Amino acid sequence: MVNGTVPLGFGDLGLAALLILGIALVDLVLRLGLARRILLATLRASLQLALLGWILTRVFQAEGPLAVLAVALVMGSLAGVEAVRRSSRVVRGIYASSVAVMLTSSFCVTAYGLCVVIDTPGPWYAPQYAIPLLGMILGNTLTGISLGLDSALEGFDRDREEVELYLAHGATRSQAAAPVVRRAARRGMIPILNSMIAVGVISIPGMMTGQILAGESPGQAARYQLFILFAIAGGVALGTLGAVYAVRRLVFDERDRLRTDRIRIRRS
Amino acid sequence: MALLSVRSLTRAPWWRNVTFELEASSHAVLRGPSGSGKTLLLRAIADLDPVDGGEVRLAGRLREEFTPAQWRRRVRYVHQGAVRLEGSVAENIAAISSLLGVPPEPAADLDPAADAKHLSGGEAQRLALQRALLGSPDVLLLDEVTAALDEPAARELEGRVRTYVAEGRAALWVSHDPSLARRLGALELHPW
Repeated sequence: MVNGTVPLGFGDLGLAALLILGIALVDLVLRLGLARRILLATLRASLQLALLGWILTRVFQAEGPLAVLAVALVMGSLAGVEAVRRSSRVVRGIYASSVAVMLTSSFCVTAYGLCVVIDTPGPWYAPQYAIPLLGMILGNTLTGISLGLDSALEGFDRDREEVELYLAHGATRSQAAAPVVRRAARRGMIPILNSMIAVGVISIPGMMTGQILAGESPGQAARYQLFILFAIAGGVALGTLGAVYAVRRLVFDERDRLRTDRIRIRRS
Repeated sequence: MALLSVRSLTRAPWWRNVTFELEASSHAVLRGPSGSGKTLLLRAIADLDPVDGGEVRLAGRLREEFTPAQWRRRVRYVHQGAVRLEGSVAENIAAISSLLGVPPEPAADLDPAADAKHLSGGEAQRLALQRALLGSPDVLLLDEVTAALDEPAARELEGRVRTYVAEGRAALWVSHDPSLARRLGALELHPW
């Protein structure tokens, strides 16, 4: 045992991969047609995590905040693009807005967590704290932003008549868009609130599991998990609201006209 | 001075250099083939759709001198098909009256507690007109508002608009009814 963790070798990973082989056998017997997807998912997960491990090792070795900032920018930008790719509709300018919202919301919450909540032994940007925390916030904020974007774009597109009814009777864009904005914000935030309600009852969350496996006391692991959940909820709320308001800005023009002609349905 | 003045309004490829004036207490009926952009023209005058060029004035003042909300409170577009909000008739009226900061006026002949989504075409159109008159707009832009109505209901709605317009307002209608202009004593516009 090293630092409270039982080290895993490649042989151990091979044994774990037997479970995937089991899934492949089920696929073969039941003819689920998932063989390609199982292979792709396994290869991608293995390659992506190996690459992440390799990069993080180098970032942890580097001194100064630049390496952390570079990794954070790449992760945040990719998450911002991915959030739009998951939406069924797009509007001109949404990629830049999504990346800006993703970076702003996740960086703000991560910085708050690192500077105010955790008293890190080294500098506040210490990569072993900053990057995992940012990664978890990004992963969940991505879901919130994509749901918020999708719901807002669908709402403005589908409920155009209702929004224009308000506009035609003298509403400002914020008044006319309020029902769509409220629905989209709710849709983006409900998953994290639901998972907060269920946490610890149905499953032990991944981070808490990791800390317990690493030798941390369950009480301390629970406190860390709670901190992470609060940080994630903050990131999701900021990101979802930012995304929904970004959509509102993009679908109205300078004379408060609802421009659904700017919305495009993405081919699946 | 004309109450509503439209000059050289253009939205290619639908219409170019549309010019007309509408005096106070007067009606005009916009005529043209289906798909020629009549609805688009009404929406453009209401500032709900952009134009390529031209100007629109209300009592001599350019549209751009008003905020969009101010303009649309005075130049009111009534949708084709009577859009209904979720909730009862009373809630539909309250949503607009609270927006405009005016007291809600109940719609005659409509049950305030009735679900707006379950109104008949004629009832929905009466509700739409009642909402459109809240806040006393200067100009009504009526987009085929009698198309789904039987003749008595259409005449009743026309009568309500006629009474309203007689008090110094104006109405621009889009309608396929060939006798509407004659009944209203309205100017017929053929901008195509």
